[in-house]
Amino acid sequence: MNTIDLEKTPLREVNQRLQGLSAETNERLWKLINPHGEHACAVGLTSPIEVHIDGHIGYYCAGMNQKAKVVIHGQCGVGVAENMMSGEVVVKGTASAAAGATGQGGLLVIEGDAGTRCGISMKGIDIVVKGSVGAMSAFMAQSGSLVVCGDAGANLGDSIYEAKLYVRGAVESLGADCIEKKMTPHHLEKLRKLLARAEIDADPKSFRRYGSKRSLYNFHVDNVDAY
Amino acid sequence: MSDRANPTPFYTPPRPSATFDAHAIAEIQRAAATGIYDIRGGGAKRRVPHFDDLLFLGASISRYPLEGYREKCATNVTLGTRYAKKPVEIKIPVTIAGMSFGALSGNAKEALGRGATQMGTSTTTGDGGMTPEERLSSKTLVYQLLPSRYGMNPDDLRKADAIEVVIGQGAKPGGGGMLLGQKITERVAKMRNLPVGIDQRSACRHPDWTGPDDLTIKIHELREITNWEKPIYVKVGATRPYFDTALAVKSGADVVVLDGMQGGTAATQDVFIEHVGLPILAAIRPAVQALQDLDMHRKVQLIVSGGIRNGADVAKCLALGADAVAIGTAALIALGDNDPKLEAEYQKLGSTAGCYDDWHEGRDPAGITTQDPQLAARLDPVKAGHRLANYLAVLTMEAQIIARACGKSHLHNLEPDDLVALTVESAAMARVPLAGTNWIPGQDKY
Repeated sequence: MNTIDLEKTPLREVNQRLQGLSAETNERLWKLINPHGEHACAVGLTSPIEVHIDGHIGYYCAGMNQKAKVVIHGQCGVGVAENMMSGEVVVKGTASAAAGATGQGGLLVIEGDAGTRCGISMKGIDIVVKGSVGAMSAFMAQSGSLVVCGDAGANLGDSIYEAKLYVRGAVESLGADCIEKKMTPHHLEKLRKLLARAEIDADPKSFRRYGSKRSLYNFHVDNVDAY
Repeated sequence: MSDRANPTPFYTPPRPSATFDAHAIAEIQRAAATGIYDIRGGGAKRRVPHFDDLLFLGASISRYPLEGYREKCATNVTLGTRYAKKPVEIKIPVTIAGMSFGALSGNAKEALGRGATQMGTSTTTGDGGMTPEERLSSKTLVYQLLPSRYGMNPDDLRKADAIEVVIGQGAKPGGGGMLLGQKITERVAKMRNLPVGIDQRSACRHPDWTGPDDLTIKIHELREITNWEKPIYVKVGATRPYFDTALAVKSGADVVVLDGMQGGTAATQDVFIEHVGLPILAAIRPAVQALQDLDMHRKVQLIVSGGIRNGADVAKCLALGADAVAIGTAALIALGDNDPKLEAEYQKLGSTAGCYDDWHEGRDPAGITTQDPQLAARLDPVKAGHRLANYLAVLTMEAQIIARACGKSHLHNLEPDDLVALTVESAAMARVPLAGTNWIPGQDKY
């Protein structure tokens, strides 16, 4: 285990060290201490390393992650794991707005609650939230899955494309073109696997599924009220 | 003398209304028939105060010109000197604006890269990400970070020579993108992670930041991911250029890109194109003023675009304080868009060469704004690239001719003092005197 103290080491140096590790590195386990809400920490990682952040962290933590596993032992700011390509990001505390925004792959697990716009424009990432998510989550969500074990705020899945949403608790309201869909055995199995990957003990059968009605996919003048 | 009791019938010729002109009437009729607004490509078509309303003064007894064929007038520009470890060096002050693969065919994107590279300048990706073809054909490639983040990929980010955070564009400031289903082929759909054939809506706001304070952190993140090497541009549509430029500088931009309402779009509502945003002429001086007030003029570079057609336009932009210009529509015309040779085909599409703007329909007979493989194959990227290089060379030479006449050994030495305006409006907007007077309207009360 390599430990870096963010009180003593400039962020530029921390990111450079983590980004510079090759795929074959044997320095696989890293711990960052005293993060003090630093922004853009552990961004642009490309190697299968594991980084533990010991405390609260700021905006865009683990942004554009590839292959690495980043675990935040605290709360995190806006846009955690934004545009993640692969790998895994785990937030032990709560996450602010736009968690997993535009993510294209990998797994984001939030053990607390997530703020507004969780999974906005998601493009293939899987997001599992143990708590609840805020308003406008999965806005324009393109693909991937968002699993919410708690409740979802207003306008869930507004203007959604092909992403799959699973919510166990109450949904305050659904956004434009988002509807409840039948939970098939196929979807139950996918959900079971996602919960298992996120190490969350919950019964897939207790969730409801939501997705796109696909009525706004091509502009039509009769739908003008929805635009 | 006429006989009042028996007047001779007199013919009054039909008088068209200036208010309800032919276009206005046709639009009312079209709206009544279809119940839907008009969507088209291109920029504002109405007349707005533009560079034609400015003149250079040239040399005189008090100004000494340079010899046209012997004395050097340099044209090189360095972009990104503020923070980037590897600033972009271009040989001419004309760059190619962002246009997407999706809106344009792969061949058109390749041709833009070839033409720009031949002349030592940069080209820019668009919504939908970076294609291998354009990276390969472009020596200097600017990678756009757009609200949709279609195709945004950290590997491509690291392959880029500069990054452009797009807030808006001149044709539709405040509007997102649109790519209609007929252009969403399998490849375009895959790059954007969307089903084939649906209308692709690009968001109008970025998903993970909202204001200038957040943008500052976003730019910081992009620098951290790319080792502080790449210049970061911030592109805005011309709306509140003084404040947008100041906020872009505050957010840490290396370069500000300012796009006027004449700048093109792949597909937007006509009412949006024609009625939202400023003409570029009105936007340059406030942006330069913001840079000067922050002591950042020439430290943060300014690229302006929207309706640039010839070397005089380029020279006027630089004289007003820009560091470089970007061209989009003009570059497409150089590739072969709206070529009179294709008149018969434009007629079939209900248009005519010079007016064709249904770029969103994907049926472009020139093979530029299409994803139809057969139409796209009509554009030879090598030949089209040569045409673009020729055009870029002419733009540069024309700007040099004017600069030498004004006694400047570098295009950047052109200044507002070299200009006068032909109309009160353009004098006020460009902040140069009305020709023959010393009057700059509105200067005291900005």
